[in-house]
Amino acid sequence: MASVFSPPGFDFSNTLRNNFFAEKGVPLPKATSTGTTIVGCLFADGIVLGADTRATEGPIVADKNCEKIHYITDNIRCCGAGTAADTEFTTALISSNMELHSLSTGRKPRVVTAMTMLKQMLFRYQGHIGAALVLGGVDATGPHLFTIHPHGSTDKLPYVTMGSGSLAAMAVFESSWKPNMSREDALELVKTAIKAGIFNDLGSGSNVDACVITASHTEMLRNIEMPNERVQKERQYGFRRGTTAWKSEEIRSLVVSEEVTILGAGDAMDTT
Amino acid sequence: MDHFPLNWGRPRNDAIDSYATFPIQQRPTHVPKDVFAAGIQHTQQPIVTGTSVLAIKFKDGVMMAADNLASYGSLARFRDIQRLVPVGEHTVLGAGGDMSDFQYIQGILDDLMIDEFAAGDGNTLGPAEVHNYLSELMYARRSKMNPLWNSLLVGGFKDGKRFLAYVDLLGTTYSASTLATGYGAHIAQPLLRSAVEGKEDTLTEDEARKIIEQSMTVLFYRDARSLDKYQIATVTAKGVHISDSRKLETSWSFAEGIRGYGAQTQ
Repeated sequence: MASVFSPPGFDFSNTLRNNFFAEKGVPLPKATSTGTTIVGCLFADGIVLGADTRATEGPIVADKNCEKIHYITDNIRCCGAGTAADTEFTTALISSNMELHSLSTGRKPRVVTAMTMLKQMLFRYQGHIGAALVLGGVDATGPHLFTIHPHGSTDKLPYVTMGSGSLAAMAVFESSWKPNMSREDALELVKTAIKAGIFNDLGSGSNVDACVITASHTEMLRNIEMPNERVQKERQYGFRRGTTAWKSEEIRSLVVSEEVTILGAGDAMDTT
Repeated sequence: MDHFPLNWGRPRNDAIDSYATFPIQQRPTHVPKDVFAAGIQHTQQPIVTGTSVLAIKFKDGVMMAADNLASYGSLARFRDIQRLVPVGEHTVLGAGGDMSDFQYIQGILDDLMIDEFAAGDGNTLGPAEVHNYLSELMYARRSKMNPLWNSLLVGGFKDGKRFLAYVDLLGTTYSASTLATGYGAHIAQPLLRSAVEGKEDTLTEDEARKIIEQSMTVLFYRDARSLDKYQIATVTAKGVHISDSRKLETSWSFAEGIRGYGAQTQ
């Protein structure tokens, strides 16, 4: 009987078989990648996170309206770029662990805790977990914004972008970010940055999601802007008269003679 | 032992073919083949390179910008190179990519303009003609597997019409109201597009210059092979004007309060 024990970590025993398949012309199936624009921005009262909503599978759009801003705790959120499964499972795992940690310590969770858990896990897997994250939140020590790369390195910055649309979004940030912005200005800046990614990068598209995190509460703004709404379907495909050119018209009645005979006229039901 | 008399006394390589199994003309010899024997000169990679070039159309003409750097890999080797050159009185050419190929192209275009002048038929080559000539040249070289490793922007103003087009080492051509090569295509194009698209006929020269300056600043922040010294070329009905080198104003104090890269607090 085969052993049911599965050791921890990744199992590389199928590599030989996969290489053989690849040589024979059967490539590995493409993982769904979020090919994305995600941003985070520090403003006067806290953090604004933003993301687009397109999930790609190679050149195909797998999900037109996916959610890339993941829940970690009430006051901490994480945007994820890269392989969709990796970002979803990684953030879900760290979210669970954060809740347990918070119950164990009896304190409100801190952003650096989530960041440390994420970077230690990603480094342990040496980049094989393709998750590029923008982690932001406000805790007892103040607002914090981090990026975490798939190999486990982190950066602490006032404004960050990740994903394939990061260059377009960073161009917007570099030209317009100022310290201590108001909530409206910060939200407008994040929306502009995500739209730059949506319209100039093929891996990003559809709608804009945002999340505003302050010391008092977190507001998740799902689909705050939808610049790519589909036009209403016509469902009417008739052609107007004259679409096809014609040279002559002849109308013939196909009825030569017509005679109406009423059958069963006296068979009406007696309803008296 | 070699059993074939026809092999005795001929060039041989026992390590590869001890029993003369190859036909005579394909018999491997022990003379190693020298890859450079034929003096092969095909371009395999660019050596001294220029980075992005940006260009936009505005109300009165076309504006183009490029920095003054020619990099040698990651070394900022030549810091006063002019990557924008006038071609005749109506056109300006901006180049990124290999600088030696760009200098060769400049020589070819000089000859072209001289021939056109010598013909003396009252016509001058405008930006559309220069662009067409370059696109045919670049595609022909690419088809010979020996490309001129450049991405070029051709901008000009002739007979009241603005012209702006792109041609690269593959012979790809493209025309739009905002163009950028290299890194600029990823970083500056989003900014140029949102600022210019739809407003080409109302943008003044000062507004255009501001947009270009902002894009060059962002490029200096985010392109690791760029320089903060650059030039702007403006082509209008008055002709081609290439400015002197100017310096970008940059601000690097955005993260002064931050310590470390993670949990560090001091």
